[in-house]
Amino acid sequence: MLKVKLTIQRFNPETDAEPHYRTYTVEVEPTDRVLDALHAVKWYQDGTLTFRRSCAHGVCGSDAMRINGINRLACKTLIKQVGTDITVEPLLGFRIIKDLVVDLEPFFAQYRSVLPWLINDEPPPERERLQSPEERERYDETTKCILCAACTTSCPSFWANPEFVGPAAIVNAHRFLFDSRDRGAAERLARLNTRDGVWRCRTIFNCTRACPRDIPVTEAIAEVKKAILYGGPEQV
Amino acid sequence: MVTTHRFDAVVVGAGGAGLMAALYLSRFPQLRTAVISKLYPTRSHTGAAQGGIGAALGNLEEDHPEWHAFDTVKGSDYLGDQDAIELMCREAVDVVIELEHMGLPFSRTPDGRVAQRPFGGHTRNFGEGPVRRSCYAADRTGHMILQTLYQNCLKNGIEFFDEFQVVDLLLADGRCSGVVAYHIRSGTFHVFHAKAVLFATGGFGRLWEITSNAHANTGDGPALVFRRGLPLEDMEFYQFHPTGIYKLGILISEGVRGEGGVLRNDLGERFMERYAPTLKDLASRDVVSRAIMQEIREGRGIGGKRYVYLDATHLGREVIETKLPDIADFARTYLGIDPVHEPIPVQPTAHYAMGGIPTTVDGEVVRDAANTVVPGLYAAGECACVSVHGANRLGTNSLVDLVVFGRRAGLAMARFCLEADWPALPPQPAREAAATFEALRESDGPEVPARLREEMQRIMQDQVGIFRDGKGIADAVEALRELKERYRRIRVQDKGREFNTDLLEAWELGNLLDLAEVTAVCALNRTESRGAHLREDYPKRNDAEWLKHTLATRREDGCITIEYKPVVITRFQPKERVY
Repeated sequence: MLKVKLTIQRFNPETDAEPHYRTYTVEVEPTDRVLDALHAVKWYQDGTLTFRRSCAHGVCGSDAMRINGINRLACKTLIKQVGTDITVEPLLGFRIIKDLVVDLEPFFAQYRSVLPWLINDEPPPERERLQSPEERERYDETTKCILCAACTTSCPSFWANPEFVGPAAIVNAHRFLFDSRDRGAAERLARLNTRDGVWRCRTIFNCTRACPRDIPVTEAIAEVKKAILYGGPEQV
Repeated sequence: MVTTHRFDAVVVGAGGAGLMAALYLSRFPQLRTAVISKLYPTRSHTGAAQGGIGAALGNLEEDHPEWHAFDTVKGSDYLGDQDAIELMCREAVDVVIELEHMGLPFSRTPDGRVAQRPFGGHTRNFGEGPVRRSCYAADRTGHMILQTLYQNCLKNGIEFFDEFQVVDLLLADGRCSGVVAYHIRSGTFHVFHAKAVLFATGGFGRLWEITSNAHANTGDGPALVFRRGLPLEDMEFYQFHPTGIYKLGILISEGVRGEGGVLRNDLGERFMERYAPTLKDLASRDVVSRAIMQEIREGRGIGGKRYVYLDATHLGREVIETKLPDIADFARTYLGIDPVHEPIPVQPTAHYAMGGIPTTVDGEVVRDAANTVVPGLYAAGECACVSVHGANRLGTNSLVDLVVFGRRAGLAMARFCLEADWPALPPQPAREAAATFEALRESDGPEVPARLREEMQRIMQDQVGIFRDGKGIADAVEALRELKERYRRIRVQDKGREFNTDLLEAWELGNLLDLAEVTAVCALNRTESRGAHLREDYPKRNDAEWLKHTLATRREDGCITIEYKPVVITRFQPKERVY
């Protein structure tokens, strides 16, 4: 067992004017998750500590937060990766609701704005539409997105301008733009070829580093920029 | 403050079953539909499903829905209702094609069709050998189903109430008139007045210490239904998935064995050859989980500990990186090992509820053994019991269940809503739930909720887990009742209104304790061994006395009573189950 010092940014909307920090000490294993340490606080020391979490193994996207200054999933970050003196803060750029919980409504509005669904009005065949393994591979990486918001809230362009559609939404646009079955490229690209669309990306790569699913986010954004410049996504 | 909403149909839960039902409801523009979810929909646990969705597409080799039906019946240890199973396996083909048309990015065969792989218990020609039936999107099939359904719901403009916790079911004169929900962010109560309500609230793996289930899987739907005096079916049947990551319980898909991975004990022996000579590592989950526990009991766990190895090292980097990338990521993240070179330490993990809210094949909730329908109330997905899984579910059939019965429930609700008039709401519909929450918020007793939860999970793990016996279960029932007593003296520390997760966890614990009790009572009651329910004091399946479903109901005085419902048998007569 290790003694770990957890310094957590706290904010209670019913009593606090400003966020503040509080420090807790918990005993955990080096192979435990940061989420386990947060639970150790919440369950046995301070029930008022508030954060979102669900799957606890990096697939649902609930518990993205800043851990030692870097956006990560608390359930996919082990204590031994971040040491025994850990600072935990909410994601940057969205309004704090309480402690580590931020308002994700604007994030999901960004997501919806890129029409994140298959657009194809042609009558489908009786069986599946055909797609070669190569065509399927073309957009494989961006299907991995779990909408945790780690990328968007690590982006300085987004911090500077919350109207920026943000990396996560572009990743989800990419997922459809490069799907050989999709026919919505023109509509989607028009939405992204705007002041607050892809061009606010300055290829800073914070998003790529933040992604807990190892999606090459910046590369995907670059491919979308290219698709706009070339008048459509380049297929296989 | 209470806000009242009025929707024709209300779907509670935004996983595969709920979203599929909502999509079908959205085809009726004259109906207003709302989806209520305690999580953002994309956080639902459907997203954690990995290996695939079973459907006899026959894309790679001959296959038929009848073969799928036989496997499902046999997998269920003959407790599944065969009319429902036949229907599910037939419609599975159709829904997989439909999901593809919606945009689901399935992995593909070289000629561009939906790719399929073998999975536990799925066979060709009534048991001859493994068949490639599981349609997959790498090892994140559930994630892709959840995303695709959510995306299509957004496209269709369905109204979502995200982070709303359902807290009560409104019944009046035997008919459902809506639900009460708690808006997590503001701490206010919302009455949803509706003609039809679907519970698609998922499972309750959090009853056990080692589980693959999310923290959110606390069985809220079944607990609410049970509290309202409606029965729960076959609660003694709970599946332990054979391969959870040691100590953490995180799921390692059966897809690993589908791709050729094998289980090995401390001697390096491929022990499944002894337990299931034909299908070996691809025998059904109850069989494999028991075999692992038997090896561990006999001292052949790795280093004498409580785990065995799942060995995928012979599959090669290419197969692991392209077909099982998430699994590789889990092993690297949580165990620090590379499955390309090292075997993965695994132990059985509490995974799936075969039992739940009894329904017809159209998702209508029934109140008794005569299948009397509760008008306006529906259930689908893991929280429901149709029953297609009987005593043991086959891998890939949970995703089939979600989309097939989610769709059927959505359509049945639409038909009902178009004809039914508005039910009357009970007076002050939110009063009871609000009083419960207020009492919990103010609770200031000596008991720590997390400690009670841990004690419950340990009792369930040790005494109502894979190996069970009468004495152990009886002790567990007693211990659980004591925990329920202590629950009345808990303390909630957070007294606030906004985003009070301390309060919500305490409320969820109440649901878990109720479900733990009914699970243990049903396990004690069934004096035979069938599927996932193994009684060491009654080691044989006993068709003469026990080929029947359990219906457990809580009376007003808190006592649980049990009645039975016959199993529907169409074409597959029960016989001995050998893999």
